[in-house]
Amino acid sequence: MNSKNNKLARKKRISQNIAFGIFTAISYAIVALLFVILAFIVIKGISVISWEFITAMPSEGMTEGGIFPAIVGTLCLVFASMVFAFPVGVLAAIYMNEYVKDGWIKKIIKQMTNNLAGVPSIVFGLFGMSLFVNQLGFGDSILAGGLTLGLLVLPVVIRTTEESLKAVDATFRQASLGLGASKWQTTSKVVLPIAFPNIITGLILSIGRVSGETAPILFTVAAYFLPKLPSSIFDQAMALPYHLYVIATSGTNIEKSRAMAYGTALILILIVLISNLLANALRKYYGKKVKMN
Amino acid sequence: MHKIESRNVDFFYGETQALHDISLSMKENTVTALIGPSGCGKSTYLRLLNRMNDLIDNTRMEGSILIDQKDIYLKNTNVDDLRKNVGMVFQKPNPFPKTIYENVAYGLRVNGIEDKKIIEERVVTSIEQVALWDEVKDKLKKSAFELSGGQQQRLCIARALAIQPSVLLMDEPTSALDPISTSKIEELIHELKNQYTIVIVTHNMQQAARVSDNTAFFYMGKLIEYDKTKTIFTKPAIKQTEDYITGRFG
Ligand SMILES: Nc1ncnc2c1ncn2[C@@H]1O[C@H](COP(=O)(O)OP(=O)(O)O)[C@@H](O)[C@H]1O
Ligand SMILES: [Mg+2]
Repeated sequence: MNSKNNKLARKKRISQNIAFGIFTAISYAIVALLFVILAFIVIKGISVISWEFITAMPSEGMTEGGIFPAIVGTLCLVFASMVFAFPVGVLAAIYMNEYVKDGWIKKIIKQMTNNLAGVPSIVFGLFGMSLFVNQLGFGDSILAGGLTLGLLVLPVVIRTTEESLKAVDATFRQASLGLGASKWQTTSKVVLPIAFPNIITGLILSIGRVSGETAPILFTVAAYFLPKLPSSIFDQAMALPYHLYVIATSGTNIEKSRAMAYGTALILILIVLISNLLANALRKYYGKKVKMN
Repeated sequence: MHKIESRNVDFFYGETQALHDISLSMKENTVTALIGPSGCGKSTYLRLLNRMNDLIDNTRMEGSILIDQKDIYLKNTNVDDLRKNVGMVFQKPNPFPKTIYENVAYGLRVNGIEDKKIIEERVVTSIEQVALWDEVKDKLKKSAFELSGGQQQRLCIARALAIQPSVLLMDEPTSALDPISTSKIEELIHELKNQYTIVIVTHNMQQAARVSDNTAFFYMGKLIEYDKTKTIFTKPAIKQTEDYITGRFG
């Protein structure tokens, strides 16, 4: 009997060790893969990175010069999409989480939001073209592209904001309402300040997503080649992911611009990375401030 | 004359009945302890007294609860006024993300009091009432999160007192605190009894014995026994009560 138990225990231990081993190996493999991809792009692209590369217009059929207008275009698009998606998404999430009662309406809205998040981005592009470019007459423009990208990340903003609000302990709401505060006072003065550092995470995720998307800007804003900066939101613009696509597949001299393509990819990654760091710093700073005031 | 009076109260979360036919009355300026094993409905009952359960979707209450002889579940009840009259303190200290001063001033501000002098006076009085003044008087502008857990809890009590309620509900107010902070809060309860009617949920039997005048024992959503604390702890009438307080279950 006793030896049988021992055997069983040993068997359990072995299978547990094997399982742990596999999980550990997989997680290291993922990290390694990430580094390989990064290293690959850095090695291939670092040679073209220079001050000129990031500040000059493209020249010689995009085989020479820089990618300045694409960088500016992407920053404009990120900004435009956030100006739209952030307030709309946060307000929608507040409404959903703080005001709508549990029930089938809420379930349907939730399901729709989730479905929206699963719609392929090219479909957003098509929709944006039809609505913003044609119907509303914005033409190919930063406005149309920004709104399209904004729609695309709206579900991300809504979902992360909702999660952040849900994470705020119910007793904070009860305490505030218990003191005779209104629902809006409770939400704006107590719940939001507590949730805000986490809400910023939604912003981080969205910025990364927006700056890398190609399909939604394809028919709404992106210019193949436009050696000048946009001067208003009704202008077309170049954008990094699309520029990358162009010089990698249909440029005037693909072989010659190969290194520039990797350079562009590197800059794109850097932008995402920097925005993440920035947003993280903001989140930390704000987290401290929440405790202070 | 009872300050709080519940008559045949049933309460449902969706289809699940959490409280069965609770009739329980409390006199003014007394401390009533609610005891019973986890999940027996103590918090649910407490939240009925300031209509906090209204915030939980798909709930239903039957029976009636009277405070100062007024049914608080009538259609025309002003819930804001009710909640101002019935303050609440929670299990985990939950100061707002504001300064120590603003935490206590919050209830006054949201109720439209703007006079700086009145606010300051009430803030100081309330902080003094919870015996926290000496510890915080030099850092009123500091974040409430910088206080220790016990201080935070006393601040939360001060926050509740600032709007001058007459009833104070406390849901396991010391369960997250160390023994010294706990005894400070218990002393405080003794002090506050003179001015407030206090209902305290606790799963600490000694605490119930120390702070309360009357004790109600809840079990599986039912009120099993309600009597003077002394009686409950020395000669309970019902076997279940005895089993619980002697630690045989729960
Ligand atoms: N928000 C809620 N939704 C659904 N059921 C709940 C909720 N809160 C409490 N309950 C249930 O009601 C019963 C009583 O809970 P509670 O009043 O918190 O007990 P206690 O405070 O005595 O531990 C438990 O069975 C619990 O699961
Ligand atoms: Mg409880």
